[in-house]
Amino acid sequence: MRAVEDALGIKIPTNARLIRNIIEAIQYVQDHVIHFYHLHALDWVDIVSALEADPQATSELAQSISDWSKSSADYFKGVQDKLKLYVSSGQLGPFGNAYWGHPAYKLPPEANLMAVAHYLEALDWQREVIKAHAILGAKNPHLQTYLVGGMSIPVDPNSQAAINADKIAHLQALFAKAKEFVEKVYLPDVLAVAPFYLDWTTVGEGLGNFMSYGDFPLIDDFDPNKASDLFIPRGVILDRDLSTVHPLDPASITEYVTHSWFKYEDESKAMHPAEGQTNPNYTGPKPPYEFLEVEGKYSWLKAPRYDDKSMEVGPLARMLIAYASGHERVKFWVDAVLNKLNAPATVLFSTLGRVAARCVETMVLAEQLAGWTNELAANIAAGDLRIHENDHWAPSTWPAEAMGWGWTEAPRGALGHWIHIKDGKIANYQAIVPSTWNGSPRDANGVPGAYEAALVGTPVADPNQPVEILRTIHSFDPCMACAVHVLDPEGKEITKVIVAD
Amino acid sequence: MTKTLVLGIGNLLLTDDGVGIRAIQLLEERYMLPEEVQVVDGGTCGLDLLQFLEGVDHLVIIDAARLGKTPGSIARLEGDQVPAYLALKTSPHEIGLPELLFTARLTDIYPPKVVVLGMQPESIETSLGLTPAVAAHLNELVEMAAVEVGAVKC
Repeated sequence: MRAVEDALGIKIPTNARLIRNIIEAIQYVQDHVIHFYHLHALDWVDIVSALEADPQATSELAQSISDWSKSSADYFKGVQDKLKLYVSSGQLGPFGNAYWGHPAYKLPPEANLMAVAHYLEALDWQREVIKAHAILGAKNPHLQTYLVGGMSIPVDPNSQAAINADKIAHLQALFAKAKEFVEKVYLPDVLAVAPFYLDWTTVGEGLGNFMSYGDFPLIDDFDPNKASDLFIPRGVILDRDLSTVHPLDPASITEYVTHSWFKYEDESKAMHPAEGQTNPNYTGPKPPYEFLEVEGKYSWLKAPRYDDKSMEVGPLARMLIAYASGHERVKFWVDAVLNKLNAPATVLFSTLGRVAARCVETMVLAEQLAGWTNELAANIAAGDLRIHENDHWAPSTWPAEAMGWGWTEAPRGALGHWIHIKDGKIANYQAIVPSTWNGSPRDANGVPGAYEAALVGTPVADPNQPVEILRTIHSFDPCMACAVHVLDPEGKEITKVIVAD
Repeated sequence: MTKTLVLGIGNLLLTDDGVGIRAIQLLEERYMLPEEVQVVDGGTCGLDLLQFLEGVDHLVIIDAARLGKTPGSIARLEGDQVPAYLALKTSPHEIGLPELLFTARLTDIYPPKVVVLGMQPESIETSLGLTPAVAAHLNELVEMAAVEVGAVKC
């Protein structure tokens, strides 16, 4: 959408800009909370150990870190009883595949029980707050309110079907609920768990190069290279040097396929995605897979590079770039977390740093939602009902040929789409998604991607139960659930290869 | 008024894996659905679907499922058969359906009545459209879903 808008030179109206920011921000908040509690927490939290917790002590622990209302001994007793029921019935569901009792779990039973309670609360919470998407006129769960040029939901103070005062009030109530949970549950939990895992501030650091396209335009005529025009700024950090944020030049983005199951004419060179090619060329083993030959081609991901350097993208990259750019709220929360843990900023270059950065990002966006919603309400009240730029709707208005770059920061990181429009049709379309950056295989120069680099030096207590590897990989929030699931029966083989590396 | 949710599950890009989605599309196209029936294209979403289960009394899931039978075969599972089916992970795609229903139980919103209409796929390769074997039985699947929710033909 933004790729086409860029190609056709479309500027979206104020209402569309604000609604996009709001939809995306609540998506981040929901997504990050789900990631922490439902996809990552069980790498740190041993739910079976929670059965041994003393509910009274759990209550005292919870009340010492937050004034969240659900913190009585009775409440935690109820959660524990429920958990007992599931464990004794053997119906562990998604909890069934974990490594309970593994020595890498360090939390006391009470902290484990508190986390399990919040795991359950987060399920109810996420179901509620994401209703904001339905209110903003999207067909949930597949958002359909986006249009090239703006949004499709009408803005009309006098219509029940459009965005009106009632809907704004409903949104504000949901966002207050979203923020309260992040402030009183998610953030305190991260701060309570982190001290038990401080060794993870020196593990999983990876590349040390970070990139963000930036997102959330704060004004209509924004300059993406100006840190104050985007709520999440654009830029590049190299070699862990937080003193300099380099400007991002989109011409420096390229992709190699040297170790990927794709074909280029000259695979020693990388190609810019604007003229990129995607020619599948599978040369890997036939199933059942036993071994992956990493000297040759070994991945379905291409190897994207920025200025020929491998980059990490995602919440840590964004928060470091915002922090180094002097972003006021990011600085406030990052410093608050570091003070609480009594640690220098260098601890951020780690597995635990990624967990903390994701939490800080959730906090600053949760804070921002009310402001954008007020701004939207004020703009509508001032009589601006425009939601879509219609001037470029008819294909007859398009140039014979146009190229565009659509960029955004998805919750998982920098996301770019490149389009080439010719004679009213798509001549070429390429996308580089966040997990392609982070999960990238090696390039022609043998330089690894972020996951690979982050795993080097990871201590593994038991190669058959590599929870340590999961911690680092999950800290990136990989979008590869599909692949992991399909390969489930072969899981051990895969981890063996990584451990041997 | 009892609330019914018909949830189509699957990925249209993976040949027969999309049979659940095709089925709900035809159900909405060909039938007048009672007011209390909501039809949702669950696609490949997991926990995002939890919000739709809230207050649902009767859940009908339409899905591709490895039944170990000839392609196009249909199974109707209900009650205790549903968790057993999920435990076998017979569904060929990563939808998080077992996780979805498990978390529904954990958060006390598991619908009192859950029915799974599963169809045996022939292929789940990357391709649009159904295989002839599955397409030939699609009408049957849609009719079963219609009977399940008391829909009347348009």
